[in-house]
Amino acid sequence: MTIVSTADLLAILPELLVMAGGCLVLVLDPLTAKDRKDWLAYFSLAVLGAAFVVGYWFMGALTGSPRPAFSGLYVLDAYGAFWKLLLILVSGLVILLAKAHLKLEEIDLPEFYAFILLSLSGMMVMVSGTDLLVIYLGLELMSLSLYVMAGFKRYAPRSLEAAAKYFILGSFSSGILLYGISLLFGRTGSTTLAGIRDGIAGLPPGDPILLMAMGLLVVGFGFKVAAVPFHMWTPDVYEGSPTSVTAYMAVASKAASFAAFLRVFLEALGGIKESWRMLLVAVCIATMVLGNVVAIVQTNIKRMLAYSSIAHAGYALIGLVVADAAGTASVMLYLAIYAFMNLGAFAVVTMLRRGGLEGDEIDDFTGLARRNKWAALVMLLFMFSLAGIPPTAGFIAKFYIFMAAVGANMTGLAVIAVVFAAISAYFYLRVVMVMYMKEPGETAGTPGYDVRVVASPAAIAVLLVAALGVLILGVFPDPLIQAAQSAILPLK
Amino acid sequence: MATLSFFYFGSVIVLCALLVVIFRNPVYSVISLLVMFFHIAGLFVTLHAEFLAAVQLIVYAGAILVLYLFVVMILNLQQDDSYQRQVKWGLGLGLLALAEVIAIISKAALPDEPAQSKTAAAAAGEAATVVGNTEMVGKALYTTYLFPFEVASLILLVAMIGAIIMAKKGIMEPGPLRESK
Repeated sequence: MTIVSTADLLAILPELLVMAGGCLVLVLDPLTAKDRKDWLAYFSLAVLGAAFVVGYWFMGALTGSPRPAFSGLYVLDAYGAFWKLLLILVSGLVILLAKAHLKLEEIDLPEFYAFILLSLSGMMVMVSGTDLLVIYLGLELMSLSLYVMAGFKRYAPRSLEAAAKYFILGSFSSGILLYGISLLFGRTGSTTLAGIRDGIAGLPPGDPILLMAMGLLVVGFGFKVAAVPFHMWTPDVYEGSPTSVTAYMAVASKAASFAAFLRVFLEALGGIKESWRMLLVAVCIATMVLGNVVAIVQTNIKRMLAYSSIAHAGYALIGLVVADAAGTASVMLYLAIYAFMNLGAFAVVTMLRRGGLEGDEIDDFTGLARRNKWAALVMLLFMFSLAGIPPTAGFIAKFYIFMAAVGANMTGLAVIAVVFAAISAYFYLRVVMVMYMKEPGETAGTPGYDVRVVASPAAIAVLLVAALGVLILGVFPDPLIQAAQSAILPLK
Repeated sequence: MATLSFFYFGSVIVLCALLVVIFRNPVYSVISLLVMFFHIAGLFVTLHAEFLAAVQLIVYAGAILVLYLFVVMILNLQQDDSYQRQVKWGLGLGLLALAEVIAIISKAALPDEPAQSKTAAAAAGEAATVVGNTEMVGKALYTTYLFPFEVASLILLVAMIGAIIMAKKGIMEPGPLRESK
């Protein structure tokens, strides 16, 4: 029992910056003139920049020496710092993307930036918490902000439906997660990850309540990362939400949930690894199969990307199933690369307008190469990367995941993953085919099909960063691989 | 005794939670929820967490649930179900509760009664544990669990602003997109 110290506060400096920034945006909003609301976006970006610098400095200073804070409920380590940097970067890109996109959708409320920052602070708490209560609270902070952002397009029933569905199912899954946490607490007498690990060591193997708690945690985290069979919400929510929010959910919320998933299962439940491995192998295979197969029949690009994100959760789960140093590093690498390619793909979707609406049908991409060759070219790049075709970064990500599985004598799992990665090429390349091999006029005749590309400087900047990330990490991935390998969790 | 009361409170909690879902009339659901909250408070008492029990009663049963009831009743104005069928039951239970209250107050007002003087020391001890309990919760909240406590306050902030964003009228300038719907 210690009162909070300066060291504790310093340990959460990036989080404090982001939290204060979020609250400040809310305060500054009524004080800003109507035509200067863009400044709030720049202010948020400046806050993220400051947090990034501090986080980067921490990561350099901390490799190999985790520093506990707040009486052992929180930890400042390289693992958390890696995820925080990734999440801050993604949030910055989403704010840039949203600045243009919210205007197009006529929902440019500055509160949006505050929600991004507050949601980000929840994610940062999640990835550094070493106590299940802290992780749970971080998860709720992230999710509550996302529920609201999903319903930002209040005039569109689809958006409201997405918000309501996400809220109800999300609350339900949080309840299940809490039930698992309370059972773990009941069985081991602790909510800290280290305390649970010690408690499990003293229990007989195959303790039924412990296994049940583990199963409930798999359900709770499985929902957040959109793994089958807890994926039902994903397509509807991704389709209904404003596209910049969808991008944020698909990238940042998934990365943060995976980070917490890994930490909880490796640090607290490492003692019953064999039991959760079996369960997760089944979840992992089901996720890859369903995500990739159902994506084939989608006609809406946001739904297709939703199923694609389910499938990618399946690939990333392989790294968790492997559960060794190579596995952890490959998950970190995978989600970092996935962030670039997925953000890029969603950014292209935000730029397509069909009449006054968003062009989110795959048909809207027909003949895009003739209309705007640059948009078509970057979309081609992102689709190749999502499919895992070299020399894009998507190939590197898949390669390391599959190698980790092979290295852990799970060749069967790797073979299944490769087969479904090949199947996934079909629906990604269909978008490319539609863009390049069909004439723009082929779908003409349907009323309202005047698709145009609205390119704003901010959206172009996002596309540029994402495209360069995909290309550079595809050809020269060593720095990222080394960063991931130096930041892996110490296995216990 | 502790086990017995645990199973009593536990089974009533499960039963009431089921009734909340099963009842088709929302007012009955809310009342079942109220009964459930009372039993959760009882569960806290068996765990010697008197402060939490009191908070449970005051905050959940007292404030939040009454609010729920108001909302449900306001929403159901057009539906004229009669809630007056159990007047006799209500009257009987009300009288019983009133008698209990009178009994408690009358005992409290007579501290010099022999049966009461013996327990005065025990009562003081009990008061100390109640204070100790509260103190312990407060200390834990503001020292060990300070960080999650503050994160929880951020969650409430997000919930509040989120509710305003989702529900407030005229928050955005009217544009062609919104007018067409």
